[in-house]
Amino acid sequence: MATVNYDIELERAGAKAPHGWRRLAFYARRYILGTVGLAILAVLVLTALFADLIARYDPLSIDSAHALAHPSVQHWMGTDSFGRDVLSRIIHGARISLAVGIGSTALGSMIGVIIGLTSGYLAGWVDLVFQRVTDILQSLPLLVLALVMTAALGASLPNVIIAIAIPLIPIVARVIRANTLALREQPFVEAAKSIGMSETRIALRHVLPNTLAPLIVLATAQLGSTILTEASLSFLGLGIPEPYPSWGRMLSESAAEYVRTAPWLVIFPGIAISASVFGTNLFGDALRDILDPRQRS
Amino acid sequence: MFAYIVRRLALMLVTLFGISIVIFFLLRVLPGNIVDILFDAAGFVDPADKANLERDLGIDQPLVVQYLRWIGGLLHGDLGYSYVSEKPALEEILPRIPITARLAGLALLFSASIGIPLGVISAVYQGSRIDYILRVVSLSGLSLPSFWLGLLILMAGVALFGNIPIFNPNPKTLGEMFSTYCLPSLAVAFRSSALTMRITRSSMLEVLRQDYIRTARAKGASEASVNFHHALQNAILPVITVVGIEAAFLIGGLIVTETVFNVPGVARFLVEAIRWRDYPIVQNLVMFIAVVVVIANFTVDMLYAVFDPRIRYTD
Repeated sequence: MATVNYDIELERAGAKAPHGWRRLAFYARRYILGTVGLAILAVLVLTALFADLIARYDPLSIDSAHALAHPSVQHWMGTDSFGRDVLSRIIHGARISLAVGIGSTALGSMIGVIIGLTSGYLAGWVDLVFQRVTDILQSLPLLVLALVMTAALGASLPNVIIAIAIPLIPIVARVIRANTLALREQPFVEAAKSIGMSETRIALRHVLPNTLAPLIVLATAQLGSTILTEASLSFLGLGIPEPYPSWGRMLSESAAEYVRTAPWLVIFPGIAISASVFGTNLFGDALRDILDPRQRS
Repeated sequence: MFAYIVRRLALMLVTLFGISIVIFFLLRVLPGNIVDILFDAAGFVDPADKANLERDLGIDQPLVVQYLRWIGGLLHGDLGYSYVSEKPALEEILPRIPITARLAGLALLFSASIGIPLGVISAVYQGSRIDYILRVVSLSGLSLPSFWLGLLILMAGVALFGNIPIFNPNPKTLGEMFSTYCLPSLAVAFRSSALTMRITRSSMLEVLRQDYIRTARAKGASEASVNFHHALQNAILPVITVVGIEAAFLIGGLIVTETVFNVPGVARFLVEAIRWRDYPIVQNLVMFIAVVVVIANFTVDMLYAVFDPRIRYTD
């Protein structure tokens, strides 16, 4: 697999922007939707980082005198049944969504890469065993596997991250393995072998870097689905435990009942989830177009 | 072909066997079983009672023995007893399957009948404004949590009719049928129709670039005939894969949607059983889902050979 030469690609596209900011500006103009996605992601990250400064109320403090208050100047998005400020909870909830999203994507990708690389590189019975294990893991829908995992491990932030990371492993391992198999036959690997490089070094220095582009594309695409899965788990009451303000959890608190009486409790957390996932998906699509031209849509 | 099918069936059995081991031991990693939960809730109780109950449920045996008992029973159609209701697990699970199957079937129908035409339109008008709009809409379909979409539908019900559409086990009028089955399956189908649309679009784009499409145009075939007869027929294979696999994976969306709409189906039952640590129900339900997924995968592969005469499984 030849790596893409971006300079040539860019020139062909008519960009006279060889370096730095001008090149970024070119990409931003060319992929408007991707830029919108990146902006949404940036807002999400900044909200998570500075949650303490932005939120006007403590997301956990209970104020029963103002329970189920309508949206107003004091509480822009109203309050929940415990009188907690919904906006502040959503702001702090960004931390949980991001922690789970990034944490489980990183963990799942890391293990997936190790398995995919060894499986594709060593071949033989190691490959056979790993293949069967991925088959097994892929025979269950993501949410079902994550549900059983959280049930087995118990509900807590680290366990939710692990539970969501495990279904990702086979997805990543498959792609990396296929890539490794193709790369192994490339002349530069043969050349490295002929000068006496060790197998491990070839795998790490020559094969791994060449699988990075598809890995980044895949990981970004999975980020949105990990955020969604966390929201679903918490919605079902099996994800992040109370009182932490997970967006999915905020919807679960007898949401069907509040549809009638307190719609703001249903609308705002849902918008937070949808916007974040929409942003990562927009960004992921643009990134795929840039990094993986063969899949360009 | 025959040898291939036999080999595939053997691999399916290996996979299912693997899943049974993973699920069984995963559920028992954590200390604490249903007996502990019940007795903790009750406060101080005679340890002898506890040991008796554990023996009744068979959970005093070593794990391997418990596992072999379960698998042995499964092969004879004996799924054990629910811890919670104390009824045979089979009796608990079977009546719930048709409800979920109906929802899944409807959702699949919606997903294909919405996703495929929109995907074709998007590909034929690639780069146009309508393509742009459809792509953004499909991406939003992948971004909205289906439980939130369900809640929004409930909200619309309140705004329009003043009440929440409730699940009705025996729908009589057309309206009841609609709110009982169509609304939840629409909430699930939104996401998978978006997926179907994206796959149809990219598959169509690939095919539209082929030489035989130009040939078809050159010989004077109409646009509609080129797009639907020549192109879609060849572009449909990857779509079948996705729709087929989605059929099994819809269960993920159904889990949350059945919870939102209060539908007493198999998917919501799984969540309830997990909450109660009702292991006989959980492990059998998960096995059931795995069997559905594995069979769906197999069917998709076989359909490939039927739809595309170029594909013949030898080996």
